[in-house]
This record gives sequence, structure tokens and C-alpha cells, in this order.
Amino acid sequence: MEKTFTCIECPLGCTITAKREKDELLISGNTCPKGKAYVEAEMTEPKRILTTTVKLKNGNMLPVKTDKAIKKENLFLAMKKISLLCFSSPIKIGDILVENFLDGANLIATDNAF
Amino acid sequence: MIKYDLVIIGGGPAGLASAISAYDSGTKNILIIEREDKLGGILKQCIHNGFGLTRFKESLTGPEYAYRFIKEVEKRKIDYKLNTTVLSLTKSKTITAINGDGIVKIKAKAIIISTGARERSRGALNIAGSRPAGIFSAGTAQKFANIKGYLVGKKVVILGSGDIGLIMARRLTLEGASVLAVAEIMPYSSGLKRNIAQCLNDFNIPLYLNHTISKIEGKDRVTAVEISQVDSNKNVIKDTAIKIPCDTVLFSVGLIPENELLDKTGIEMSPKTKGAIVFQNRETSVDGIFACGNCLQIHDLVDFVSEESELAGISATDYINNKHKEKDVIEVAQNENLAYVLPQKINKNIKGDIKFYFRVKNEFRNCLIEASSNGVVYFSKKKPVCTPGEMESITLPFDKIANLVDKIKISLYAK
Repeated sequence: MEKTFTCIECPLGCTITAKREKDELLISGNTCPKGKAYVEAEMTEPKRILTTTVKLKNGNMLPVKTDKAIKKENLFLAMKKISLLCFSSPIKIGDILVENFLDGANLIATDNAF
Repeated sequence: MIKYDLVIIGGGPAGLASAISAYDSGTKNILIIEREDKLGGILKQCIHNGFGLTRFKESLTGPEYAYRFIKEVEKRKIDYKLNTTVLSLTKSKTITAINGDGIVKIKAKAIIISTGARERSRGALNIAGSRPAGIFSAGTAQKFANIKGYLVGKKVVILGSGDIGLIMARRLTLEGASVLAVAEIMPYSSGLKRNIAQCLNDFNIPLYLNHTISKIEGKDRVTAVEISQVDSNKNVIKDTAIKIPCDTVLFSVGLIPENELLDKTGIEMSPKTKGAIVFQNRETSVDGIFACGNCLQIHDLVDFVSEESELAGISATDYINNKHKEKDVIEVAQNENLAYVLPQKINKNIKGDIKFYFRVKNEFRNCLIEASSNGVVYFSKKKPVCTPGEMESITLPFDKIANLVDKIKISLYAK
């Protein structure tokens, strides 16, 4: 069985083909090792970095992200969990807001809030 | 009247990068003018990741990318005025700006324009229908979602598959809206392939190529749109309309450089880029006024905006230090397959290799890109595919240009 993927690691967006032959996974079309790793993950357990916002007590929104990719199937669960959060400023860019938030990833601030 | 050596209009990615490079090349007396309440420009609302892969070799979000530069500006103690709008500037480099304190006049030795772009609006497209609520540009919806914390609608149709539209399809879906369709009038998307994958395919959002919105229904609020197939001339094909009930329509139909200031100043503009006509050092037709970033040409990646703006910053320092004031000009021409080439003029007194940026008009395969003058080819390169969605470049070594007398022509031929 052959499957094609568009790599999301960089703006090149390589079209990568994965073919299972006996027990071996043959991957072609990638320009770099990141592409290979991406397709391997897509074939087993697709993961994505989540970027979104959280509420602050002062009424503003703060952009956040997971510092590692979480399971793709957990994206909506993560959004649900984040919608219940509310933080007080000041917060510095890079601060961990929720440790071990989901799938081993922390939720971190991607901007400063004063 | 306040005096500065260099005034930079716009505190987005272009303005920030140009300020840092101007400072580091020797201009210490700099003022950045920003109309919003924070530095960072459009990056503030681009909370998704994927920025900085070229420059920093890591995937940053918009605010993180901006902060890398804001931090450097703060470190150098470069002055900036927030909540300040420039009303006009003159060829003699006097700026009139307004903020909470009133009107200020600023005299500069050099000026860098880095005012970015604005979105093409519904009005530019002539779509039938009344004017109900629920019609937004993709960037406005992004600002509502990411800065203000409002979701613009629940059932959304997006016209145009540029990157902002694709990013918003994912963003609104994650926030609980249903994105029912993305319609693209061209046979291909102008967005990055990875955004088709991670923003549409990941969420099973259908992309209709060769389709456009032919009608918007609704009196107070959008109630439905009709999307129709188009022919090769982009005309709607009769009886192909599908009606999609929805409450919101987003337009992601391209960016236009924001240049009202330049227009009014009488700086020579290019009808092709809708930005200033510039030399290779990003100097406009007025000595000492420079332009960089999306107000000059629409870039695909912010990494390239930073690169271009650093060039403008160094050029401003050179100007302030009385370099390159004498101009030995060669015009740059292009063939019919190119939408534009930038720079449009070369000053032979400025030494250094020249990188020409251009976009193609259509998708071309097996391309040969040539730089020639008077029929003699000075440089060429091959490229398997060129698409309008991707800015291309060709670098010409200075020694090839030094002896030219006639126009230099950049051409693209497809087999």
C-alpha cells in the first residue's frame, strides 16, 4: 500500500510517499530527515503543535502553544481544557503556564503580558 | 520640531529589522513610529507557528518572532513612539504625525517606510448581494479571534486560499466554528502546500478550486452563499451554483502594499508592485527615503522581510554618511511572463551582488530564468516549477553589471 503526504515541517511542503514492503517502511520524496520523521509519525501516531490563546484576568488574550507536538486526535480536547483556563499577568514570553499539559507537552506563553 | 537622523515609519517586522541594522551599521539616533499600541505589526495576531525557519532554524509563532527583534531594539535603546500615526511626509524629509499629545513635526536626515500591507477587500471583487453583517477579511477575523477573543461566526465559508485564509480555516475550526468550504478562483491555491495539509486536510475542510462566490444572501446577517464554478477566463459558468447556508464569509484574496503616504509625497510608484520604485539598496526616487517589507513587495515569508529590511537599514546609514549620492542608473526590464521584478533600477555606484526578486504571472514548468542586456545573456538558471504564489529570485554578480550600459532584462522562458 502506498500513501502520499505533504510535509508540514517547512515552507517547501515536500510530497512524500510511504510504501510498506513486507515489514519495511520505504519513504521517498523527502528533502531532509525531518520529512522522513514526519511521515513515520503520520503512519503511526500523527502529532501537531497547538497554537491558540488563553484568557487573562484583565480581559486580554494571551497567545500560547504546546512546547511539543501533541496527538492530533487530542487537539479538540486540548482546546476544551484551554477554554477553562484564566491567568493573571504579568507573564513573560516562554513562561510555562501548565506543566505536563497534554501528551507530555507543557503549555507555554508565546508573548509577554504586562 | 524634533530632529532625528533616521525615522522609520512602521514598527512591524520590516521596521524593527531595519532599525537594528541601521543602528549596528552606525546610525544611533533613530526613531520608530508605530500607530498601534505595541511593536510587532501583523505578527502580533499571527499566533500560529512556522515563522523563522530560514532565519533562526526553528519554528516560532508570530509574537515570538517579533519579540526576537523587539528585544534587540530595546537592548539598543532605540526610541519608538506608539499610538502615533504619520499624516504626511515631504520630499525634504519632514514628517507630520499625530498622537495623544497632539501634532508633532519631525525632521529626519533619512526615512525608511515600512508600513506593510492591507487586505484586498470585498469591494474590489464585485460580488452580488446586499450588505449583511458577517462579512470579514481573513485578517480582521484573525484579529478578532487572537487579540480580542471573539469568534466571528459559527458556519463559515472562505473565499480565497491564500495563507491567511487557510490559517483562519484551522483557527476558527479549533475554536468551534464549522468551516464549510474554501473557494479558490484559480486552478491552484496560492497558499503554501503545508497549509493545505495542516489547515484544511487535517480537519476535512473541502477546497473548491476553479470556484468563486457568485452571490451572498442575507439581509441583517449572512444566511447563505452561492459558490459557482468558473471557466478558464474566471467567468462564472451558469447553472453550476451550489448554495451553502452559513452565517459568515471571510475574504482572503490577497494583500495590497499600503502606500498612501508615498503616493501623497510624489514618490515614483510601480503599477506592477503597487509599491515604490526602488534601487537595489531600497532607495526610492527621492534621495534618502527608503522602503522595505510588504509596503514594497508582498513577501511570502517574514524571514525575507527581515532580510530586505536589514538592507534598507544599512543603506540609510550609508546615505546619512554621504555615500552613493551620485547615481549611475540602469533600468531593469522584464519579459511578459513576469508579474514584476524588483529592484526596478540599479545604481552602478553601489558595489555588491544584486538579488532580483520576481513573481511569475502563471504556473510555468521547466523554466529558464535569464538576465540579459542588449541580447547578451549574462546569467541564467533553471527551475523545474515557478508559481505565482512563490516569490523567486536570481542573483547577479556585480562584475556582470559594472560594465553594462543598456537596460538589464530579466526573463523567464518555459518549455
